[in-house]
Amino acid sequence: MIADTFAALGGVALALVLSPFLRTIIDRTKARMAGRQGPPVLQPYWSLARLLRKGAVYSSTTTWIFRAGPVVTLATILGALCLVPFGGRPALLHFEGDVLLMAYLLGLGRFFTILAALDTGSSFEGMGANREAFFSALGEPALLLGVAGLGAITGSVSLSGIYGRIGTSAFLGAHMPAMIFILATFVIVYLTENARIPVDDPTTHLELTMIHEVMVLDHCGTDLAFIEYAGALKLWVLGLLITGLVFPVHTGSALLDACVTLACMFVLQIGVGLVESLVARLKMGRTPLLLGIAFVMSALWVMWVVR
Amino acid sequence: MMLRILFLAPFAAGLASLGISSPRVRRRLITIVSFFHLACTLIVWRTGFEPSAGRWIGLDALSMLFLLITSVLFASSSFATVAYLRGHELPVESRGRFSREAVFTCAMLFFLGTTTLAILSLHTGVFWMAIEATTLASAPLISYQRSSRSLEATWKYLLICSVGIAIALVGNTALAVSVAFDPATYGLPMTFRDLAERAVSLNPVWLKVAFALILVGYGTKMGLAPMHTWLPDAHSEAPSPVSALLSGALLNCAFLGILRTNAILVRAGIGGYSNGLLAAFGALSMLLAGWFVLRQADFKRLLAYSSIEHMGILAIAAGAGASFGGLLHALNHSLTKGALFLLAGTILGAYHTKSTRAVSGLIRISPATGLLWIAGFLAICGVPPFGTFVSEFSVMAVLGRGGRWWLLAAFLSALGIVFVGMWRIVIPMAFGRPSDPAVCVPRSRPIEAADVPPLALCCMVLLFGIWLPSPIARLIEHASAIAGGL
Amino acid sequence: MIDQSIIALLLLVNLRMFATSRVDSLVRCVAAQAFLLVCLAVVTHEGSLSWEAWTFLSVTGLVKCAALPALMTRALRSAGIRREVEPLVGYRVSLFIGLAATGFSVWAAEKLPMPAGAADPLVVAVALISMITGIFLIVARRKAISQAIGYLAMENGIYVLAPALAVHGPLIVETGVLLDVFVGVFIMGVIILHIRQEFRHIDIDRLSELKD
Repeated sequence: MIADTFAALGGVALALVLSPFLRTIIDRTKARMAGRQGPPVLQPYWSLARLLRKGAVYSSTTTWIFRAGPVVTLATILGALCLVPFGGRPALLHFEGDVLLMAYLLGLGRFFTILAALDTGSSFEGMGANREAFFSALGEPALLLGVAGLGAITGSVSLSGIYGRIGTSAFLGAHMPAMIFILATFVIVYLTENARIPVDDPTTHLELTMIHEVMVLDHCGTDLAFIEYAGALKLWVLGLLITGLVFPVHTGSALLDACVTLACMFVLQIGVGLVESLVARLKMGRTPLLLGIAFVMSALWVMWVVR
Repeated sequence: MMLRILFLAPFAAGLASLGISSPRVRRRLITIVSFFHLACTLIVWRTGFEPSAGRWIGLDALSMLFLLITSVLFASSSFATVAYLRGHELPVESRGRFSREAVFTCAMLFFLGTTTLAILSLHTGVFWMAIEATTLASAPLISYQRSSRSLEATWKYLLICSVGIAIALVGNTALAVSVAFDPATYGLPMTFRDLAERAVSLNPVWLKVAFALILVGYGTKMGLAPMHTWLPDAHSEAPSPVSALLSGALLNCAFLGILRTNAILVRAGIGGYSNGLLAAFGALSMLLAGWFVLRQADFKRLLAYSSIEHMGILAIAAGAGASFGGLLHALNHSLTKGALFLLAGTILGAYHTKSTRAVSGLIRISPATGLLWIAGFLAICGVPPFGTFVSEFSVMAVLGRGGRWWLLAAFLSALGIVFVGMWRIVIPMAFGRPSDPAVCVPRSRPIEAADVPPLALCCMVLLFGIWLPSPIARLIEHASAIAGGL
Repeated sequence: MIDQSIIALLLLVNLRMFATSRVDSLVRCVAAQAFLLVCLAVVTHEGSLSWEAWTFLSVTGLVKCAALPALMTRALRSAGIRREVEPLVGYRVSLFIGLAATGFSVWAAEKLPMPAGAADPLVVAVALISMITGIFLIVARRKAISQAIGYLAMENGIYVLAPALAVHGPLIVETGVLLDVFVGVFIMGVIILHIRQEFRHIDIDRLSELKD
């Protein structure tokens, strides 16, 4: 029991330390694909440190909501981090139904980001908030339905329970197609939630086409550091949902499991980088279709599981 | 052996027609094959028929009746086909082998062959195959003129019927599944006859599914509302002799499939379900056709909607258990409608329009055609001396005796609506002031060669109204026993 | 496991047919659908296949995955048809109709009494979905060619329905059915070419001269 807690604490610590590094992997992959050198390995850490040293400037039209936005975002993502199991071990906190808590913690964070964006009164930020709300409204049911499918396969409604019980047998047995569909859903939702191509482009600076980035334009200094850090943690937290599915082998050794999960996570980020290099961003009007496909695929598990 | 000749001869002739380069010989081939077919049919009828169980191709009284109808119609419309081809000469460069006309001839003969095969097939799969083949063979017939309208009609015909028949294929599969539950019927050959004999041990759920699908599927081809939408277009745009065949021969073939399947359900003891469905579709078709007849301005479309109405009558007759009346009506309707479409072709040739308003004074311009036109419409409305009256009346009598008052009311009101709608159109066409003589020259001779086949058909219908020859009466009785599942 | 993956792939292909906006991808999908259905028929077959069955399956495969799609592609090229399918129902709505169709098919396949020797109900369901896909394409897409593709998709579904329900018709009948489908699609292709020549378009909703 205590060993489990320590293992979970170790996982959280790893996340806190290593999550900015995921950005490096993505950026480096994209740079290599484009034939460039890419940023230094520790660039995200330097950026965070630089932002934290700066003060913040607030517009006189904003209220406390604008200031609360980044804090709440970071807090919710930290909460979610405590609920997601690392390497097949139970998470720091786990109880039946924590799936919903995680989903709604993420939702709460997004809600405050949107509110903060609206609070600035800028029309561009309002537009970004509108799109963020719309796309997440389409992505969230897909994620929940997918998790529900996993729950139905493993017979548990706790993330720790689900990921603890998924083994290679789930993939090789009768539920294999269902598992693959859920995995595909998670990948699409992963790209959407983290505002990556093909849904959103984190490097664009044209307000008309930005979604997530436009909402945080008015934040600076410490607030921006919080948001950046929260974004990195989100990559990690949602990435754990995928790595747990892709590599469901439980070796028995906590250290080995952790190493495997880490390796998976890094490979996943390389994959994201490859997608960003190879795939064009979708037209804004086609994005709902992509999320529709995600939803449809997450619904298809029903065919194999509920008979 | 004789049966094989019946359907193989048209196929062989059709293939041969592609190799003939002279249009005259090719046209004559249609007439020769049609009459050869009629002669064979009559010989087969005389020599008697009794299919042995398990045979895929065979002749029972039901198929004999439909074969007779088809053969007579093909023979009587063959002259009109030849006249049509002669009247619509194509440019010289497109007259040789594989020309449009050669393909038309080939398709016409294939149409005869596939129709015969459909009628003779006792196996559900072979029947399906033949029915789909009739669609494919008749599509080039409809598109012969290559005008935008005829192409549109062909596309609708091809697509709607193909989809409908595909649904019937699902029905066939369901029928085959219903066999697989009882060890007594497992591996039973899928012939209508075997299925009807073992109907009691078939799975009723699958039988019901099968019947619904088959009714919708073949009902599309038969022209039952609401799947009828292809029918007016195809009938109005096809060359008139082809319309006569579509209406008189093709629709009946599809009905044959429904009848045989219905017989299986009746034998299985779930006839109430299938009869109810048939009656519902029939009543809907009759009422809908009545509505469209009322507002019609094209006389070939008028005839097409009348066909839908009569298919409705056949469906109701089958659903009410009035098999004798229904089959007699199928015979009468085919002959009458064949005559009317042939006449419509003559009128179209004289006036160059299908609009009912532009055609008037028919009886002055061409007395024989005009008189026959009126006689045909009297017959199609079921006016007393004609055979249609007898058959419609016997259907109504069964409806009344069975106490199906709602159905009877729908039946009668539809007949009334159609009667009014038709005569509103036909009387001005026949008796109005003659059209501009510059457009339409009065005929010098009172009766033309083109009027002879419709005259013969009308005489037959009249004869059946006054006195039904005993061989035909016996044939229909036997056939109705099979159709009624007895 | 192989059959389950084929079913999953078929589902994806069918849903792609609901959502795709290109006629050429529709043709590729229908070819892929036919190929997967033939594979499914081989995989779900109990016992070893006789040589007649092998011959028949390979002929079916050739006709449905190669010959007919090639015919369609030719019609597409020579008629110079634009690639957009021009939907009457939007792609997103189409996709969800596809999902609903999937649900319905699974429900129906589970509900109906299955005869002994029938395959996994999912095979039946996937056959039903293929048929519904075809009907949907016929109803909800404007181009004549997509209707022809819909017809083909429907036939593909029916083709696998029979073996899934342990119905094995006589070989000659099956061959006849295949021949009918082939000739049917061939004639449809010819008519599409004629329509194209006559109208300069193949939009079905503009084929509206004939009506009451």
